[in-house]
Amino acid sequence: MSFLPYLVAVWICLVGLWGIVTSRHLMHSIVCLSVVQSSTYVLLLAVGYRRDSAAPVFVDIPFGTPAVDPVVQALTLTDVVVGGAVTALLLAIAVQIEKHLETLDPDELDPLRD
Amino acid sequence: MEDPPRRPGELSFRGRVRLFLGGAAVLGALLLWGLAGLPDYRSFTPLYGQLVNKDAISERSTTAVVTAVNFDYRGFDTLGEEFILFAAVLVLALLLRRLADERRGPLADSPRRVHTTSALVRLTALGLVGPTVLLAVYITAHGHLTPGGGFQGGVIAATALLLVFLGSDYEHVQRLRPKPLVETAKAGGALAFVLIGLAGLIVSGAFLENFLPLGHPGDLVSAGTIPLLSLAVGIEVSGGFVLLLSDFLTQLLVLHRKPDR
Repeated sequence: MSFLPYLVAVWICLVGLWGIVTSRHLMHSIVCLSVVQSSTYVLLLAVGYRRDSAAPVFVDIPFGTPAVDPVVQALTLTDVVVGGAVTALLLAIAVQIEKHLETLDPDELDPLRD
Repeated sequence: MEDPPRRPGELSFRGRVRLFLGGAAVLGALLLWGLAGLPDYRSFTPLYGQLVNKDAISERSTTAVVTAVNFDYRGFDTLGEEFILFAAVLVLALLLRRLADERRGPLADSPRRVHTTSALVRLTALGLVGPTVLLAVYITAHGHLTPGGGFQGGVIAATALLLVFLGSDYEHVQRLRPKPLVETAKAGGALAFVLIGLAGLIVSGAFLENFLPLGHPGDLVSAGTIPLLSLAVGIEVSGGFVLLLSDFLTQLLVLHRKPDR
């Protein structure tokens, strides 16, 4: 089925969002955000895939062999790096929230509390 | 799941789930509708990617085409990506600084107790440091030949330091951590990337344009500026991740609140 990778990407995105909405712990929310982001990896790599093609590394295979799209793979690398930066920043914010409010339950975080 | 107590006007948990299910159904339908318009993924051949695959070896002497895209064809995007990471680590250091009501001190009176590490874990961790550094150098240096490059190698290099922390007492080792050196590496790597780009502007006429001899494809010293840019990124990423990891460890093991606030 040729549509399956796209279905998987949409499913990963939605299941991650479900996790964020129902989350009872900020650490869990951050992991769920990483899950949402990983759906873009699946989507990008699926777009670049080509039937009967090799990886775009011409060391062991002769030059000119059909290869999958290298541009989306480079985009995925950027995506992973930015994802790591976002996760690290959110974890640092969670550390400070825990220190100041002594809870990590998003339901107990009152926006009006000083 | 039980409902926690609500403030007036706040959406209940069940209400929130119902709202999400409605929104997710619409979002999922829109995504599927949009993705259905894409061509069959097995036969779709984006022209740009195929052109890069065809020209990377003859134009850039690079056998790993993804690295050629990252550090040459789209090198400018990698510059932005590198500075995203740079800014993120900078803000992280700001967020995890020592606060006014915290002090550095031994672990003994900390509410957060950490289990002591067994001798076997220490031995394994310290034994893995050397091979990890070697792997990091290999991955960074061969980025233009095989999959790898500065981002991957830099993260692996930072895990070598994490292994040192795991195999010893962090409180003692973190005093040995050459913080000025790590910060210089992080900033210097980012600066080197920009300087190599500017050299391309001066010598070849375009920012990040290659200005070094390309060499023979498959040789360790080949592909012009690509290995140099990869090395600059590797130094920056390893410095950034060492700062990032040790900032989190400092939060856990070294900083704690003064007893009377």
